[in-house]
Amino acid sequence: MSALLSTTEKVAHAGATLRGISMKFFSKNRHNVLPGFGLTLGYTVFYLCLIVLIPLSALLFKTATLSFGDFMAAVTAPRVVASYRVTFGAAFLAAAINALFGVLVAWVLVRYRFPGKRIIDALVDLPFALPTAVAGITLASVYAPNGWLGRWLEPHGIKVAYTPLGILVAMVFIGLPFVVRTVQPVLEEMEAEIEEASACLGANRWQTFYRVLFPVMFPSLLTGFALSFARAVGEYGSIIFIAGNMPMVSEITPLLIITKLEQYDYAGATAIASVMLLASFIILFAVNLLQKWSRRFAER
Amino acid sequence: MKSWEKTGRIIVFTALAVAAPVAALAGVKLLNVSYDPTRELYQEFNGAFARYWKKNSGEDVIVRQSHGGSGKQARAVIDGLDADVVTLALAYDIDEVHDKARLIPENWQKRLPNNSSPYTSTIVFLVRKGNPKKIRDWNDLVRPGVAVITPNPKTSGGARWNYLAAWGYALKQRGGDEAKARDFVARLYKNVPVLDSGARGSTTTFVQRGIGDVLLAWENEAFLAVNELGKDRFEIVVPSLSILAEPPVAVVDRVVDRKRTRRVAEEYLRYLYTPEGQEIAARNYYRPRDKKVAARYAKVFPRVKLFTIDELFGGWRMAQKKHFADNGVFDRIYAAGK
Amino acid sequence: MNPIGGLNPKKERKPGAELTEPAPVRWLLITVALAFLALFLLLPLAAVFSQALEKGAEAYFAAFSDADALSAIRLTLLTAAICVPLNLVFGVVASWLIAKFDFRGKSLLVTLIDLPFSVSPVISGLIYVLLFGLQGWFGPWLSAHDIKILFAIPGIVLATIFVTFPFVARELIPLMEAQGRDEEEAALVLGAGGLQTFFRVTLPNIRWGILYGVILCNARAMGEFGAVSVVSGHVRGSTNTIPLHVEILYNEYDFVAAFAVASLLAMLAIVTLVAKSLVEWRINRDRQPAPGNE
Repeated sequence: MSALLSTTEKVAHAGATLRGISMKFFSKNRHNVLPGFGLTLGYTVFYLCLIVLIPLSALLFKTATLSFGDFMAAVTAPRVVASYRVTFGAAFLAAAINALFGVLVAWVLVRYRFPGKRIIDALVDLPFALPTAVAGITLASVYAPNGWLGRWLEPHGIKVAYTPLGILVAMVFIGLPFVVRTVQPVLEEMEAEIEEASACLGANRWQTFYRVLFPVMFPSLLTGFALSFARAVGEYGSIIFIAGNMPMVSEITPLLIITKLEQYDYAGATAIASVMLLASFIILFAVNLLQKWSRRFAER
Repeated sequence: MKSWEKTGRIIVFTALAVAAPVAALAGVKLLNVSYDPTRELYQEFNGAFARYWKKNSGEDVIVRQSHGGSGKQARAVIDGLDADVVTLALAYDIDEVHDKARLIPENWQKRLPNNSSPYTSTIVFLVRKGNPKKIRDWNDLVRPGVAVITPNPKTSGGARWNYLAAWGYALKQRGGDEAKARDFVARLYKNVPVLDSGARGSTTTFVQRGIGDVLLAWENEAFLAVNELGKDRFEIVVPSLSILAEPPVAVVDRVVDRKRTRRVAEEYLRYLYTPEGQEIAARNYYRPRDKKVAARYAKVFPRVKLFTIDELFGGWRMAQKKHFADNGVFDRIYAAGK
Repeated sequence: MNPIGGLNPKKERKPGAELTEPAPVRWLLITVALAFLALFLLLPLAAVFSQALEKGAEAYFAAFSDADALSAIRLTLLTAAICVPLNLVFGVVASWLIAKFDFRGKSLLVTLIDLPFSVSPVISGLIYVLLFGLQGWFGPWLSAHDIKILFAIPGIVLATIFVTFPFVARELIPLMEAQGRDEEEAALVLGAGGLQTFFRVTLPNIRWGILYGVILCNARAMGEFGAVSVVSGHVRGSTNTIPLHVEILYNEYDFVAAFAVASLLAMLAIVTLVAKSLVEWRINRDRQPAPGNE
């Protein structure tokens, strides 16, 4: 029991030190009367370290057991590079499709009235809630040559399941809500006055959309695009069921991590994983800067 | 500061409360970590063993099962899954339990009869009813226009047996010419439209999705697919030559010594070799080692000429290194194909 | 801007003719949007239920009477019951920090909070293996003290916490940022304590946002597959969650039962969506000024 207590104290002590360090690092730069900066910062950084940073650092340390040459060899092998191409390429395309249709869906949901609108609005969040494995199995069964949709596509020579197209379908599925849910609030907040002004100045609808509405929407669209892209890059569960998993053609990077693990090559797996981690971090950091920028843009 | 300590204390207590080992229930519990296709076999065998153990020792035993891809399961044991026994698809995976974690001695395979594999299987073809593509032997698999379904050998143990069976056939046909064998296998994989990550995934692709003309499968899986999913839809084709697949079993020494379950775990594996155990294996379409039981099931299992991995490949470690490791033969086949 | 979902205060628009498109264009856009949603969202959902009910209602309900299925449901509920409150507390604390204070490195902190969101589930599972596995950092020590984390409930809980980490915070940060600091500052000036301010002023403003974050966090906690699959060990009746049980049933060629159990999760998704709609409806009602008050 006393050992336990001393452990607790150590944890508390470490926490206090952590809070001190983090307060120095994340120094507050404006006077603010609201209380709890130290407490909330300490707790946030503590929980963040416990759940996210320490576990993720394990990944980097494991990767560091490789020499630089081995690391480069592991992450630039032709099959791995091909998988980056497939993963990032398909994720980019999926995000682009989602950007296009996401804006359309958001537009229709905000601007028009039609029966069943509420249900459709709610349905957009389905990919968040449906487990990825179920989504993958279901998409595979719908798009397989004997499935509901595959049956109609197959005679036209369109193969979706077990081709790179299948990866795209799964990624569009999981990424759609991101674009809709980031663009929707912006469309809702838009003032009718600017459109009226634009119409008064003689612009037609298309010009108004293209010249006036789109620029306002654009930062949020970029954000939605980037989030949809980041999520698609990491997706595993739903894709392996529908991808076909052919090396060099339809093999995604997360699958290669699993393949490395199957060969008991932990260091190789973590090397590829840390490349993906870095990619996610850069994408998200860019997103957050974008958001900052778009907020400033909105305030102007 | 105060609230901070409190928070820390709460977190530590919660973690300990959750992590505290649950008090053991009466009787013994074994965990058998196995690969995918043995679900039905061990479901039946565990019941029989529990009755046998109760009669002999008066003790209740509950055997819990974990199934998954063979490599993934071995990795879980290496990383600390408390398996009393492992019953996997290939010896290489159990070798790794020694190499990576020293949970078992190096000579584990010598501890039980028949290379520690109480039952065997082989690789056969499952084709659609009426065999529309007239697939009779390995040669037919490389014909243009025949779609072959087999999982990825890099992620599936069963797929490695498939690969080695094809390689062995080609090697024997072409008088031991390695280059020709490689060419044969490369042509075969050109006909593969989907590489699922596991054997069961491939069966689903072939059976449920209707993709491919022939599925390379464990014999027991093929029987199961035909019986469970439609006698009127599929038939089994036995090739002229195939590989003797020996799925091995082992007691995990470090675990049973810690859990004090060695006696029952060892008896569990020995029971697989008894006529009762062999009978259950045969009923689930694994070829029994016991001659008498094998004679009773002679009608079920067609006679095939079989070669072993030791005679053609020099054992699993050699086969793994040459064919399935990174930049091994399999990788080069795919790298060259593009 | 909000990546996880929106608390959308809906303004009813009644645009004049010059502010909308001609009817044919309108209907064309609606049709295309609905067709897209039907193709990508409705059809898969329908497929789940159609395959679950393929052999009738009896076979459907039989899937839930299985002891292993019940144990999977129990484990999933337990996991969610631990994860959601922890992430809720974190979410409220972190969003207070980020929305109410300006400090250096805020973008970095927000990015780190978001990170689990886009980390591949494969990686989220792997990191816990590296930490708590027998070959990992703490594995030998844990094994010597007979504490089980990996391949037991704590491992599953940890992986789930990781995956659902940003959900509540991500929901609350934009909401609290939009609300600003004025009300809290006023309360403090009037002499309220810090906690009092939070409970009396802030909490009522964000309660629906909290509820919405909890709903999404819960849905994801119950549905997580990839990360949990790596740390679970797949022991039947003991460390299988609902999504893992679906995979097992599917691999046993018991497709009806697999989709039946999956439909439970799909139903959870639908309940989530209905709950979300209710929350939004409440928000909109609360925002609307009471009649005669204007």
